[in-house]
Amino acid sequence: MRKGYEGVALAVPVTVPYVRYSIRAAHWWLARAFSELLKTSKLRKGDVDGLTVSSFTLAPDTAIGLTQHLGLSPRWLDHIPLGGASGVVALRRAARAVQAGDAEVVACIAGDTNHVDSFRLTLANFSQFARDAVYPYGAGGPNASFAFLTAYYMRAFGAQPEDFGKLCVAQRTNALKFPHALFKKPLSLEEYLSARPIADPLRLFDCVMPCAGADAFLVLSEDRAKALKLPFARLLGTIERHNAFTADPVQMRAGWALDRDELYSQAASSPQEMDFVQTYDDYPVISLMQLEDLDFCAKGEGAAFVRKHSFTWDGSFPFNTSGGQLSVGQAGAAGGFLGMVEAIRQLTGQAGERQVSKGNRPAKRGLVSGFGMINYDRGLGSGAAVLASR
Amino acid sequence: MTQEISRPRKKNPVLRTRLPTLPPAARSRIALGLTAAAAQGRFELQQCGECGSVQYPPREACQSCLSTRLSWKEQSGEGELLASTVLHHSNDLFFRERLPWRLGLVRLGSGPMVVTHLHGDVPAAPAKVRVAARLDRAGQAVLVALPDKETPHMADDRQLREFTCDPKFRKVLVTDGKTAVGQALVKGILKAEADLVWVGHAEPWKKFTGLDELQIIPQVTLVPLDLTDSKNVRELAAEIGGKVDILINNSEYHRAFGIANRQGVETARAEMDVNYFGLLRLAQEFGPAMRSRGADGLASAVAWVNLLSIYALANFPSHGTFSASKAAAQSLAQCLRAEMRPAGVRVVNVFPGPIDDEWNQLLPPPKIAPQSLANAVVKALRDGIEDVYPGDVAQEWLERWRDNPKALERELAA
Repeated sequence: MRKGYEGVALAVPVTVPYVRYSIRAAHWWLARAFSELLKTSKLRKGDVDGLTVSSFTLAPDTAIGLTQHLGLSPRWLDHIPLGGASGVVALRRAARAVQAGDAEVVACIAGDTNHVDSFRLTLANFSQFARDAVYPYGAGGPNASFAFLTAYYMRAFGAQPEDFGKLCVAQRTNALKFPHALFKKPLSLEEYLSARPIADPLRLFDCVMPCAGADAFLVLSEDRAKALKLPFARLLGTIERHNAFTADPVQMRAGWALDRDELYSQAASSPQEMDFVQTYDDYPVISLMQLEDLDFCAKGEGAAFVRKHSFTWDGSFPFNTSGGQLSVGQAGAAGGFLGMVEAIRQLTGQAGERQVSKGNRPAKRGLVSGFGMINYDRGLGSGAAVLASR
Repeated sequence: MTQEISRPRKKNPVLRTRLPTLPPAARSRIALGLTAAAAQGRFELQQCGECGSVQYPPREACQSCLSTRLSWKEQSGEGELLASTVLHHSNDLFFRERLPWRLGLVRLGSGPMVVTHLHGDVPAAPAKVRVAARLDRAGQAVLVALPDKETPHMADDRQLREFTCDPKFRKVLVTDGKTAVGQALVKGILKAEADLVWVGHAEPWKKFTGLDELQIIPQVTLVPLDLTDSKNVRELAAEIGGKVDILINNSEYHRAFGIANRQGVETARAEMDVNYFGLLRLAQEFGPAMRSRGADGLASAVAWVNLLSIYALANFPSHGTFSASKAAAQSLAQCLRAEMRPAGVRVVNVFPGPIDDEWNQLLPPPKIAPQSLANAVVKALRDGIEDVYPGDVAQEWLERWRDNPKALERELAA
């Protein structure tokens, strides 16, 4: 029986406003995120004694190089280059450090820059398998990988373009109420369907837009958060899994399906008790897989589930309530933090106009899931966390 | 169904020639095992020496049992297409210029999932396919999923043609038409629907056997070409160098014997002058123009073929100086390959065993017939192969050389 996460608090959700292109280095974005954490929490640099860093474009530096770059002396440090799984995994590492007393306050930061050519360079050298066995095939990047998964999913389960479109359209509606979203215009289903093809069956609005940006949050004990008078959310349960279901020829599920029972049992909650869900959403098909694998519906019934619900912040199934990466932008590894910081906002009453409420009470429980690293033909990392208001 | 390509229109000399670009060429060292096999036209994947599992992408250890006893084993390529896509956007310049581009995700019968370039005649998933390894324009191996069964004009597939050096509608220079091999090459290449063939002859004032037959072929133009004459090579390159899509250097000077059977160096020098310096002269004069035309439309400059010899691998003492000149030529051909690669022009090296001609009179059979050699060259161009060991003798020597080069040296000296 795994030890629980009692006493762990998540606070100070930070988003450094994204831009499409930046001439700054990743260090600049991470510095902005870190300084925003300090400013909001009124902590001093030295008070933050733990740090996790997630970034693709920080190379050749890693987390340790960043400590000297930013003049930090943490006594606990972790570099978490797990892409879209970074947010959940950073939380998990930090939570245990705080519980064990190895660190009192851990800053989890993620950020990437985006120069006009940096996305191409990231793709070309994303992994050894990508460089040897994917990139030379048309250099389509994740668009091509997700095109395969989407085509296969549609063939297997009869999902229609309109099903994916419905999610994209709802997320855009949510993004209109999130000031940092890069997409500011409403999106209609007609516009979604008539957008130019990118990698069949994917169209333009199925694909995330790479950008520069950073997200961050603090992990600390509830007592410390209370002493600092910081609004916080609690961690009820969390899972991670890497390279699951290797025998599946094409990815139709990921580690969530293996570990969800443990997640819900640790969190003493059921899927039905979630007031909102934040999935990792670089392409809509992966959101459907997360809804299935995390037991909101059965495998293959994602499309039916989409048809049954509405996904805006005020809908029957509040989902990716800040707009998700599809409407906010994908700031590299920060894309793995977007759902986490939004969940903290929702559970601490900081979500402004898009605040989710059930009846007349604000959201008190939510699920965040992460998915990362298309190393070759599938995403390897998966993780999820159930959070609650205090 | 593949649309048969039609003869490209005459090039407008005013328009800018598209410059060559290459697909992404970076590979890990272990992945080059795929390239080593594809260079000879084979599709090989890593197989574990302990548990027998076949894996892809290439790894440093077996993903099933962690053994590092991995070897490359030939694959049938039989598999099932599970998903496909057509790219309308690419992050890479080479593909961006060639969009839309079709890709497949295939489960091989031997187990692994492979991402492949996808031939246009493969129907929508699920579909049976045959996966082959081909060299791309960057000279690196890629996997191509082909239709289960031959389809009409399948070699004309727009994507497939990017991996091959198909002679169809291309203009070819065969440097020596005097030999039986040269004449077989001319006929073979025309049968493969080459647009026209320039045929070199070193001594235009002399009539040689087979000349009449060549002269009556309408697509053949005889040109004076003596590889020992720098000025002659330069003049011919100035005249036709900008039009040659495939250059086949089959000129050779071959005399038997090694060191002790002859006085002086004249014979050896004559061999070097044709076999080594001849290649160097050709490469200096024809190389630059071909390099600039590596992406020049449907019939771009695409291949440079060298007729070497299996004796280039290990000296055959009874043909000792000839062996040495072919070894020198092979080394130079590797240099040429490196220099032609940025243009996507493939250097094809052909390593035959003894050819059944007058200079190999005293060698016992089997000897490769000129016709078989020509067929092997045409097949290599069509399949995009870069190292060709045609015939039983060449295959056997190659195997012995790979197994133990020192043993082969001793055996040849016996």
